[in-house]
Amino acid sequence: MSEKAFQRIYTKLTAITKATVTLEAQGVANDELALVAGRLAQVVKIKDKSVTLQVFGGTEDIPTNAEVTFFGEPPSLNVSDDLAGRFFNAYGEPIDGGPAVEGEKRQIGGPSVNPYKRRQPSQLIPTGIAGIDLNNTLVSGQKIPFFADPDQPYNQVMSMVALRADVDKIILGGMGLTNDDYLFFKNQFESAGALHKIISFVNTTDQPPVERLLIPDMALTAAEYFAVDKNEKVLVLLTDMTLYADALSIVSNRMDQIPSKDSMPGSLYSDLAKIYEKAVQLPDGGSITIIAVTTLNDGDITHAIPDNTGYITEGQLFLRADPDSGKVIVDPFRSLSRLKQLVQNKKTREDHSAVMNTSVRLYADAANAKTKLENGFDLSDYDLRCLDYAKEYATRLLAIDVNISIDEMLDTAWELFGKYFTKAETGLKEKLIEKYWKATEK
Amino acid sequence: MTTGKVTGIIANLVTVEVNGPVAQNEICYIDLAGVKLMAEVIKVNGNKASVQVFESTRGLQIGDTVEFQGYMLEVTLGPGLLSSNFDGLQNNLATMEGVFLKRGEYTKPLDENKLWDFTPIAKAGDQVIAADWLGEVKEGWLPHKIMVPFSFEGTYTVKKVAEAGQYKITDTIAVLTNADGEDVNVTMTQKWPVKVAVGGFVEKPRPFKVMETGVRCIDTLNPIAEGGTGFIPGPFGCGKTVLQHALAEQADADVIIMAACGERANEVVEIFTEFPELKDKHTGRSLMERTIIICNTSNMPVAAREASVYTAMTLGEYYRAMGMKVLLLADSTSRWAQALREMSNRLEELPGQDGFPVDLSAIISNFYARAGYVKLNNGQSGSITFIGTVSPAGGNLKEPVTESTKKAARCFYGLSQNRADKKRYPAVDPVDSYSKYLEYPEIIEYLDEKIEKGWVDKVIKTKYIIRKGKDAYEQINILGDDGVPMAYHEQYWKSELIDFVILQQDAFDDIDGCSPLERQKFMLDLMLEICDKSFKFNNFEECMTYFKNLINICRQMNYSEYKSEQFEKYFGQLKEELKHE
Ligand SMILES: Nc1ncnc2c1ncn2[C@@H]1O[C@H](COP(=O)(O)OP(=O)(O)O)[C@@H](O)[C@H]1O
Ligand SMILES: [Mg+2]
Repeated sequence: MSEKAFQRIYTKLTAITKATVTLEAQGVANDELALVAGRLAQVVKIKDKSVTLQVFGGTEDIPTNAEVTFFGEPPSLNVSDDLAGRFFNAYGEPIDGGPAVEGEKRQIGGPSVNPYKRRQPSQLIPTGIAGIDLNNTLVSGQKIPFFADPDQPYNQVMSMVALRADVDKIILGGMGLTNDDYLFFKNQFESAGALHKIISFVNTTDQPPVERLLIPDMALTAAEYFAVDKNEKVLVLLTDMTLYADALSIVSNRMDQIPSKDSMPGSLYSDLAKIYEKAVQLPDGGSITIIAVTTLNDGDITHAIPDNTGYITEGQLFLRADPDSGKVIVDPFRSLSRLKQLVQNKKTREDHSAVMNTSVRLYADAANAKTKLENGFDLSDYDLRCLDYAKEYATRLLAIDVNISIDEMLDTAWELFGKYFTKAETGLKEKLIEKYWKATEK
Repeated sequence: MTTGKVTGIIANLVTVEVNGPVAQNEICYIDLAGVKLMAEVIKVNGNKASVQVFESTRGLQIGDTVEFQGYMLEVTLGPGLLSSNFDGLQNNLATMEGVFLKRGEYTKPLDENKLWDFTPIAKAGDQVIAADWLGEVKEGWLPHKIMVPFSFEGTYTVKKVAEAGQYKITDTIAVLTNADGEDVNVTMTQKWPVKVAVGGFVEKPRPFKVMETGVRCIDTLNPIAEGGTGFIPGPFGCGKTVLQHALAEQADADVIIMAACGERANEVVEIFTEFPELKDKHTGRSLMERTIIICNTSNMPVAAREASVYTAMTLGEYYRAMGMKVLLLADSTSRWAQALREMSNRLEELPGQDGFPVDLSAIISNFYARAGYVKLNNGQSGSITFIGTVSPAGGNLKEPVTESTKKAARCFYGLSQNRADKKRYPAVDPVDSYSKYLEYPEIIEYLDEKIEKGWVDKVIKTKYIIRKGKDAYEQINILGDDGVPMAYHEQYWKSELIDFVILQQDAFDDIDGCSPLERQKFMLDLMLEICDKSFKFNNFEECMTYFKNLINICRQMNYSEYKSEQFEKYFGQLKEELKHE
């Protein structure tokens, strides 16, 4: 961050907590940046002469006589086409050894798009993964997280989806990424020859957690530049939003706010919504799609972070290990794409939504049969067929290592229906059965 | 006019030192380098007023000046509200410049240049009071009444009403003389503070009619009364918004007001993109013509969320006073409660349960109480039916917003995660959900007339079958398929039949999505006829196969145009199946 001539300098802190410092100062504006003992900080509270700053790098070591310099402006990012192909830290400073980016200086965390100026999302984003394309179809302009336990390969799946998606720019916002995962992303992008369309803002585990709070806004300011100014299709990857929310709670707890559920700040919903709602389909063709990761604690989606996320995002993709098929699958019960109906049967084959619903319903019957089995009851012929179906459905369609076209997914599903069930058992519309039913030997 | 200076800032809570009198809920504007930020007084202590700012406070400084306005947050009422897209403060979103919302940009809610075809109703010499009709203009196809402003107290004598002709909303269309002999001019527009309920009616009788929605699990099982209240609590993804959109599309109402309160912008886009293309099933007119959107999505200023539901209610009361049937939908009232919580925490008020303000319950019930069926001064009637969604944290209904709302609303449409997981949509839980209106003698009588004598008994019987089916299912799960008598299987499958054919309804299917009452009656009668039969199955698999087949045929019927050739074909198939029991 550049320093300016008219800077005001103070050297007397009146209070220090783990994440904040307080001092007496004048002419300070809400949200403005400052340097506290060389660390970047932002104004979060002003009361008469007393100003409280959140110090992104943490307050370890900071003495009461630390030098505080105010910048007179909120955090910003220089935007231009030169952002493409570059790697930055949470402050928007290059970490790839390249020069600083020249361009127009834009405040991050800026205003929202007028909802009336939005357009309805309508472009399908195919991923080749049937657990997504068939059951939870993604659409440009959507915001959707992966819900996954920390041991699931969510970053791998996310990079796979990003590289298969037909977009102009991919912006990675890494929060609390392990160095290995950071290098993994870098390698993936490099070996796919996609570096020129990637922009990364990364905070790794060895960097201060509060810095993470800047990452989503940095990534989305860059995204808005390409989507709004350049009418490009932009995909933003945010991983891991749970670590972002943890950083929020560190700051709010230091500011004596009354914590709400799971020690999260009461404003968690609004804080997350401000980020996710940046996903947009613009009238002139540009779009921002957000795919995020929210790691779970032991699959618990009622925890405040996934719970608030689910209320904000347009669905969620739930990853879990499936013991029957031995694969990682996109769980069809807990996953949802709320925008799927905007493209299914319209941009895809007419039988798409019917096939999706039926295949999931039969999978639910299999889950019931499994419960029966676990409770030591005899299974009916139908139950047994359901179980066989479920195993094949999981292996051939739900597993994340599937990579086929949507038509192939639909054909596979019809093949499974014909193999394991009667027409009546599927409850499908007769019109579709006449056209697509595939009878096979029982 | 009172002015003040900023002395404290935490997020959108700003403390102002004032130099004169201020009122609770008074509106003020904070000057941020020339940009005026609107704010509302929410607490006063000595010469310090705490105000909640309806905009981002980035860049605000200690010492910035504040001007108090002497009025509360108010809305502008008049012709031209229908088909509009407003934000929570009633700014017209369509007339705003640029792609991004600009701080401090406030737009006029109504078009002041448009000419309206006015026809007088009152005539010189008439005695009138607030909310009496003076004339009307055609707003789309609806007769929009021009009324004596709600704020007028006492009786007035009409001195003059404008002749039929074209007028702008700001033109004087009547001159009234008050008790002191003073003349006052009346235009087609007036203002009203949103947090104050609009009066203008003589009584609020108990609701006695049912509002048809085309959604079977509501109309058949738990009908909502015209002028009634209901709420839809449910975990995310269980279908709150889809259900509300279905109501907005299909309900038999004159005016639909949708308050998108702290939820997704794309859901609002869906409405203003699709509604202009869709036809109102009752009038054949474009759906957008009867719809007003109040949009304060989750990324818009938090303080305006609270305002948005009150703005929506006030617009509803305005149309109700014209004798219209208004359906008000708010998605989600929990976001409004959360906005109250955020502010209460910043004010360092003593928190109630889960950090919500202690008076949450009172706030919610006051709001619901503004809905209702009313008799107007002129003997006509109007109504506001209100249905809000609730988004309980973690899907757990034991939380303050759900519990407070349960006390205030008369219909409970609880969405179940389990049903949603199984894609049994709408996921309204048939056992837990209820409509208190089914217990109203007025409503029972109304349904006797409207559908058939004894209808509510049939509904109760249907609910009984569903409950018995659930019990049977639990027994089967505990004891195993072979561990229970055949009758249990039959009971269970009869309830599955009702579930699949009556309860489940595909909101995205053109035909199944909307089911008129007549069709609902036909199908319910048919299902009850089947449930009345006793079958003799040799084993439970036979029972299952038989019922699955019936379900399949009935679903084909649901997907077919009512009484069409195709429908009759499946009906014939069903009758055939029912012969060999
Ligand atoms: N009646 C219905 N018919 C078919 N699908 C439905 C129905 N209700 C809900 N859904 C499915 O559930 C998803 C989530 O519904 P939504 O109303 O957005 O949930 P909520 O508002 O409770 O979070 C929808 O996108 C749709 O796929
Ligand atoms: Mg919703």
